[in-house]
Amino acid sequence: MSTAPPQRHIGDVLLKLDGISLAFGGVKALDDVSFEVRSHEIRAIIGPNGAGKSSLLNVINGVYHPSQGAVTYKGTTYRQMRPHEAARRGIARTFQNIALFKGMTVLDNIMTGRTLKMHAGFLFQCLYFGKARSEELAHRRKVEHIIDFLQIEHIRKTPVGRLAYGLQKRVELARALAAEPELLLLDEPMAGMNLEEKEDMCRFILDANDEFGTTIVLIEHDMGVVMDLSDRVVVLDYGRKIGDGSPDEVRRNQAVIDAYLGVRH
Amino acid sequence: MGFFLEVVLGGLMAGVLYSLVALGFVLIFKASGVFNFAQGAMVLFAALTLVRLMEILKETFSPFLIALLLTIAVMIALAWVIERLVLRPLVNQPGISLFMATLGISYVLDGFGQAVWGSDVYALDVGIPKRPIVLFESMVPGGVLVPSEDLAAALIAGLLVLGLGVFFQRTRIGRALRAVADDHQAAQSVGIPLNTIWVIVWTVAGLVALVAGIVWGSKLGVQFSLGLVALKALPVLILGGFESIVGAVVGGLIIGVGEKVSEVYLGPAVGGGIENWFAYVLALLFLLVRPEGLFGERHIDRV
Amino acid sequence: MLYREAGQFKTTYGADQAVFPIRQDQLFIALWLAVGFVLVPLVSSEYLLRAILIPFLILALAALGLNLLVGYCGQLSLGTGGFMAVGAYAAYNLCVRIPALNPLVAFLLAGGVSTLVGIAFGIPSLRIKGYYLAVATLAAQFFLDWVFSRVAWFSNNTPSGSITAPPVTLFELTFDTPVKKYSLCLSILVLFAAVAKNLVRGRIGRAWMATRDMDVAAEIIGIRPMYAKLSAFAVSSFFIGVAGGLWAFVHLGSWEPLAFDVNRSFSILFMVIIGGLGSILGSFLGAAFITVLPLVLNQLPQWLGISISTAMISHLEAMIFGCLIVFFLIVEPLGLARLWRIGKEKLRLWPFPY
Repeated sequence: MSTAPPQRHIGDVLLKLDGISLAFGGVKALDDVSFEVRSHEIRAIIGPNGAGKSSLLNVINGVYHPSQGAVTYKGTTYRQMRPHEAARRGIARTFQNIALFKGMTVLDNIMTGRTLKMHAGFLFQCLYFGKARSEELAHRRKVEHIIDFLQIEHIRKTPVGRLAYGLQKRVELARALAAEPELLLLDEPMAGMNLEEKEDMCRFILDANDEFGTTIVLIEHDMGVVMDLSDRVVVLDYGRKIGDGSPDEVRRNQAVIDAYLGVRH
Repeated sequence: MGFFLEVVLGGLMAGVLYSLVALGFVLIFKASGVFNFAQGAMVLFAALTLVRLMEILKETFSPFLIALLLTIAVMIALAWVIERLVLRPLVNQPGISLFMATLGISYVLDGFGQAVWGSDVYALDVGIPKRPIVLFESMVPGGVLVPSEDLAAALIAGLLVLGLGVFFQRTRIGRALRAVADDHQAAQSVGIPLNTIWVIVWTVAGLVALVAGIVWGSKLGVQFSLGLVALKALPVLILGGFESIVGAVVGGLIIGVGEKVSEVYLGPAVGGGIENWFAYVLALLFLLVRPEGLFGERHIDRV
Repeated sequence: MLYREAGQFKTTYGADQAVFPIRQDQLFIALWLAVGFVLVPLVSSEYLLRAILIPFLILALAALGLNLLVGYCGQLSLGTGGFMAVGAYAAYNLCVRIPALNPLVAFLLAGGVSTLVGIAFGIPSLRIKGYYLAVATLAAQFFLDWVFSRVAWFSNNTPSGSITAPPVTLFELTFDTPVKKYSLCLSILVLFAAVAKNLVRGRIGRAWMATRDMDVAAEIIGIRPMYAKLSAFAVSSFFIGVAGGLWAFVHLGSWEPLAFDVNRSFSILFMVIIGGLGSILGSFLGAAFITVLPLVLNQLPQWLGISISTAMISHLEAMIFGCLIVFFLIVEPLGLARLWRIGKEKLRLWPFPY
């Protein structure tokens, strides 16, 4: 698994983080982190546990508000953004501990991803008529497209709580993709998967990037995946950035080796 | 001035009674994260059992003592039954399910208590002096009249709070209880027996309910409306924080005083009855401004 | 064998998303509606209609409203009685002060008033959850109790506090006989149930369920918690307000504030829990259960030949309720509705065991 990723049209800077610091009580989760993500690229964030990777994603989509620094997305700089605004601007994400709606079926979960694109008025909803009905069917069509893409047709009516972990992760990805995001944040999308599932997931991520042009930021521990998938890598340790560059550059970075990668014995 | 002091003192005394009930809630919440709606029903049940047993044992040499011991035994048995039949099967369910289960328990206790012991009003006399005492003669002309049973209640409550505080902070069981409240699984993994802990907690809460029942009962008589006290304890907990013993006391006092003062001074302007909802509206305001209460802890959700 | 889907293929998404996709279900529902609208009024005694069926229908409407809030959106509310009172008193005041106003229209307007009050008392839900929200709704309940009993204006300054509602009319028709009242309530219930079903299977319903299951995640995909929660309070209060108007005008005739006290709130919450949270059918099953149970308990001693005092019966009733609540929470938290669904699943395989 070591072919170079195909050349993609990597565009301008889509997301820029400037001096982000985040503290919880006395604990500094992030300390002056700055980097950028370009359109259409796949950017990986790696680092030991507790390095602040998830917190970084939370800052990007507004779940946490940084105590210092600012985030610039598509030209607009902000520091305090509510998560639903982030969604509105085209940022979607998945979570390390799956954040699916356990009481609903797979289909309904993915349909919630389309919420922002549904506009039918309340009265139409009450009667399930006119715009409400046609919207519902149109979005169902889109969602089925994604279900095909991720090969989860056989479980579309199953309540999510009953699915195996690997399938739940796939449904979460489907929900994120359903929003047709420009920026997709993936928090350890392959955690707990076997080799076959990982290959499938990699393929899905690459396809999403290819077919939908989605820019992807992903947190991942499997170095093989990181090296193969990503265009550039950011390395965090104790909340600080200690490496930033192409996979090869980062692999040779001494600080990164000391903190995270280790040496071959 | 004297009148105002009297009203305030009256409010403080009522507040103490609320605090006693709220204490039971706090104990259970602190140790298991369950909001025990049945606490009020437990107060009534304990008081009813005691009063009726005292009557049955009228002829013996010390009806109160024997009845007290028997009632304590009953409350222990009750705690055991609740743990076995309700808490254990529901151990991993969300808090709301447990809350609703305690709602069910309160109905059962109410029905059972009244079915077995009857639903009349019973006077409870455990020897608490009832003569009013005059206080503050130096500050206020004529002094302020304070019912001595209220003073006794305050004293008992104070001792109880002190005892519970020591229990939680200093003893091994207290430490275990705090561990359980923090994280069930972690506590189990260091060998703390969850089920035993819960029986202990509910027993202690039951005993606190008994004390509250005795104090309330001797003041108001043991009757069905005692069970409604539970509903009043909710605002106390909102004010004080669900997990704080000190908060239960302070919250109870604030609500007690607030109720009495607003009833006496604002009541006539709006036709009275402020007491019915003052506590709740105050709690509502607190919820909007400081949801964790005066002494509670802020919860941070990890995503 | 009878209840198989074999051969019924959905070729369009529309067909798949229908409320009753299986043909047997469609027949079943048609049958129930026929029974409800035609058969029942023909064969039922006045007592049956007045004491059981009409209260059941109205409480089912209230339970439906509460289920939308508690079961679908996950917001615990103990103020149902209060909101019913709002509906009742609003309808009463509208009818009394605007004599030309048709009571049915007044019900809808009263529902609107209840909606506004519901939204107001739902605002705390934006910051608090679970037990805390329960307290806020209890505050609403007690406060409304007090308002309707102390502020004489609401009772049109009637000295006794007990007020009588004008009869309900529609054009030339007066709903005075039990059969007519029953038909009115059934029609309203069916209509509202259809609306509820439509809401629940669309965008708004999904937003509610997402908020219930994990509101942080819901916000992250763009569902605004404020809209979701307040809309749940609004719709729920509308249903409950209309139910309150019906309860006062059609079932009780004359009432005082006690009719809508905290016990009423608990009883409707029990209906929702026992019937099944997050299920429209569950609201009906729960309402039926709770309406019928006291009557059965009252008659049981006679059937068994034991004599028990009425006081004792009410104590036993309380105990049985409590035990049932705990039982359902342990054994089947999804309530009677889930048992029904399991039954249907078994029916699909019948006569085979699996």
